[in-house]
Amino acid sequence: MLYREGDPIADTRAPQGPLETRWERRRFSSRLVNPANRRKLTVIVVGTGLAGGSAAATLGELGYNVLSFCYQDSPRRAHSIAAQGGINAAKNYAGDGDSVHRLFHDTVKGGDFRSRESNVHRLAEVSTSIIDQCVAQGVPFAREYGGLLDTRSFGGAQVSRTFYARGQTGQQLLLGAYQALARQIHAGTVRSHPRTEMLDLVVSQGRARGVVVRDLVTGEVTTHLADAVVLATGGYGNVFHLSTNAKGCNTTAIWRAHKRGALFANPCYTQIHPTCIPVSGDHQSKLTLMSESLRNDGRVWVPLQAGDDRTPGQIPEAERDYYLERMYPSFGNLVPRDIASRAAKAVCDAGRGVGPGGLGVYLDFADAIARLGRDAVAARYGNLFEMYQRITDEDPYQVPMRIYPAVHYTMGGLWVDYDLRSTIPGLFVIGEANFSDHGANRLGASALMQGLADGYFVLPAVIGDYLADGPFGPVDANAVDEAEDGVREMIDTLLSIDGDRTAESFHRELGRLMWDLCGMERSEEGLRKALERIPSLRDEFWRRLKVTGTGSELNQALEKAGRVADFLELAELMCVDALHRTESCGGHFRVESQTPEGDARRDDENFSYVAAWEFTGVGEPPALHHEELTFEAVSPTVRSYK
Amino acid sequence: MKYRVRVWRQAGPAASGRLVDYDIDDVTADMSFLEMLDVLNERLQLEGDDPVAFDHDCREGICGACGVMIDGVAHGPGKATTTCQLHMRQFDPSQPIVVEPWRAAPFPVVRDLVVDRSALDRVIESGGYISTRAGAAPDAHALPVPKPDADTAFEAAACIGCGACVAACPNGSSMLFTAAKATHLGVLPQGQPERYTRARDMVETQDDLGFGGCTLTGECTAVCPKGIPLTAITRLNHDVLSAAMRSA
Repeated sequence: MLYREGDPIADTRAPQGPLETRWERRRFSSRLVNPANRRKLTVIVVGTGLAGGSAAATLGELGYNVLSFCYQDSPRRAHSIAAQGGINAAKNYAGDGDSVHRLFHDTVKGGDFRSRESNVHRLAEVSTSIIDQCVAQGVPFAREYGGLLDTRSFGGAQVSRTFYARGQTGQQLLLGAYQALARQIHAGTVRSHPRTEMLDLVVSQGRARGVVVRDLVTGEVTTHLADAVVLATGGYGNVFHLSTNAKGCNTTAIWRAHKRGALFANPCYTQIHPTCIPVSGDHQSKLTLMSESLRNDGRVWVPLQAGDDRTPGQIPEAERDYYLERMYPSFGNLVPRDIASRAAKAVCDAGRGVGPGGLGVYLDFADAIARLGRDAVAARYGNLFEMYQRITDEDPYQVPMRIYPAVHYTMGGLWVDYDLRSTIPGLFVIGEANFSDHGANRLGASALMQGLADGYFVLPAVIGDYLADGPFGPVDANAVDEAEDGVREMIDTLLSIDGDRTAESFHRELGRLMWDLCGMERSEEGLRKALERIPSLRDEFWRRLKVTGTGSELNQALEKAGRVADFLELAELMCVDALHRTESCGGHFRVESQTPEGDARRDDENFSYVAAWEFTGVGEPPALHHEELTFEAVSPTVRSYK
Repeated sequence: MKYRVRVWRQAGPAASGRLVDYDIDDVTADMSFLEMLDVLNERLQLEGDDPVAFDHDCREGICGACGVMIDGVAHGPGKATTTCQLHMRQFDPSQPIVVEPWRAAPFPVVRDLVVDRSALDRVIESGGYISTRAGAAPDAHALPVPKPDADTAFEAAACIGCGACVAACPNGSSMLFTAAKATHLGVLPQGQPERYTRARDMVETQDDLGFGGCTLTGECTAVCPKGIPLTAITRLNHDVLSAAMRSA
């Protein structure tokens, strides 16, 4: 038995009535906390990326006591900093017909009708305020010569609604949030704990009341208590070992909250980004993304003939296949990520891939350079070109870039309702760590939008309704002891196995397995194979792991081992989720469910739901809770970008 | 290819450190410098030794976590490059590579190549922001910014806070870091109300934290992975002086 059925989820707490006014009504109906009472309430925020940094800063501004945690040496280093392309907002500054409704519509469609209408509509509404907020903070977005903001286009949209700061939009937005946070740290409303990793959640009398953390420098394990806990710890794409995530990104915080009772939704939805630098060898530790915005001007092609090993310059126009422009004439190179990724895989599988190993396609700027001039192209994408050259030792001004899809973003995460509440009262989950807004696929430039929407605007507006019942009184000492003991025991076990394999070697093996069997394409046969292999790999981990050093010092091998232990459990749930969903949608492509042309075939009749999983024990069949999705404003149709 | 690396090993802040030689086989040209250290660390662990601790995270040159002295140069031989973006093809296998942590009084060594750079956070906390509350901002188009100003702001805003400027400076000064932030915010219209107090407060804080004074040696800009120009420091000095004149 893979899983058992649990009760359906009845209530997502979305206000009823017209979609356009739901958020306004929720904001009005949420209870407020009197400013004098806010300082008596403590909120823990784990993670300092766009979601966590902006949330901690805003809650601090509101006057709550905030404790902020991150594993990095400074909150400014959270991985949101690496997002290159841009952030969407329905400002219609380009005058090309954009609106809140159109952004909402594109996002629901882009997510392959597996997200909630009410959440996505709220995101689109809030998007315009995000740009205002960031500009006020001094985020140096690109400007026209008249001094107004410039925009560009991203995959899945035919309007120009993406605001950007060269290829470093994530960095600039994150610095904005970090500086807002720094201001609150200085004001004393936020206490910052860098180099501190959350290892468990404290649940007392049914409420999330704190976190058990390890100080990564001294190794000390301590508990911090609060009236509410907010997880903003990002995604779990590093389960694949090679991904575009930072090396430290992990699933530990949300996975251990899951083990404490928070449901985990749609774990199998992994976004594969089409525009990465291809893998070059076995030593590789991570993959580097080339911004999707490159597809504004770059043209994607492969040789028409399989096995054509001429250099790109020797292949005449007539013998090239600009396959995205051919297959999807109206969106061309700007089709959404899932579609572009799969198309790249298909041409490579057909033997037409380029570069070492044949796992690559060309992203060619020759036309853009001829049309706009080298200087204009350098002004738009120069830093990305330099980065490419540094990594590959090839000059993209002279020869086309080679790109291949890579794991980028996880749309699954802890289940939350409209108020960002998980199934554990008092535990809120925001940003990539929750599942809520992107459905089965995330459109470009919408992750930054969601992170900041949750942190600056949504969480601060909804958390008051929960905290209005606080302060919640003393925490059960047994709950704290039990959580702390569990953490110490796990650390001791990891250190005492003294086997003959490193955590890294297990991670590499798990990652390859997941990429092959639960990656861009999944089959029943492959997933069943993965589900046989993962538990035995996990067994081997607990028998053969070797971690040197002790727990009472800076020990990066120990940190890594704890994270890999959690990936080994999560991987199994991802495969169970992928196997049970016998349809293709967004970032989940089942070979058994495709059209004769090889496009994804969705099954709305049977799978128009969120799969929210309940933990029942390691290796035990999890319980599946359905949240039915209903569509009133956008009717699910076959996604066509032709 | 085979390389010899000479790595600084130091068990903790109070322990004494020393350089230890390691020979590493099977290094390929397209391996990054940190991937070469990964290979070494795998081997050390299997042999029962502690791996070399070093800070890193994004490995794409933007988070600012990595950074070591390689043959005496902050972030090594690459121009405008972080340590994670160096590739082994840039190194000569016949020469040993010396790897040491940033050395500056306000950056105590935590372990091996890891240093504590939280002093840079203290500088930002003392004024490196525009004071604005979430939800109260005017429409983004209400305040046009001339493109040259936006470009200057962006150029300065690209600072990743890695600390190479401090490590390279003979005085251990953080002026380039502080100047980058002061320039980023100080050239934008939104940043004007706090422009002078921001500059004054950040410079006072860096002095209090033990960073050295700036003598415009320019070593900082030579190693800066993001190419922050020395003119930023001139701007900061101008604003600090103006702050003094205004309060006088």
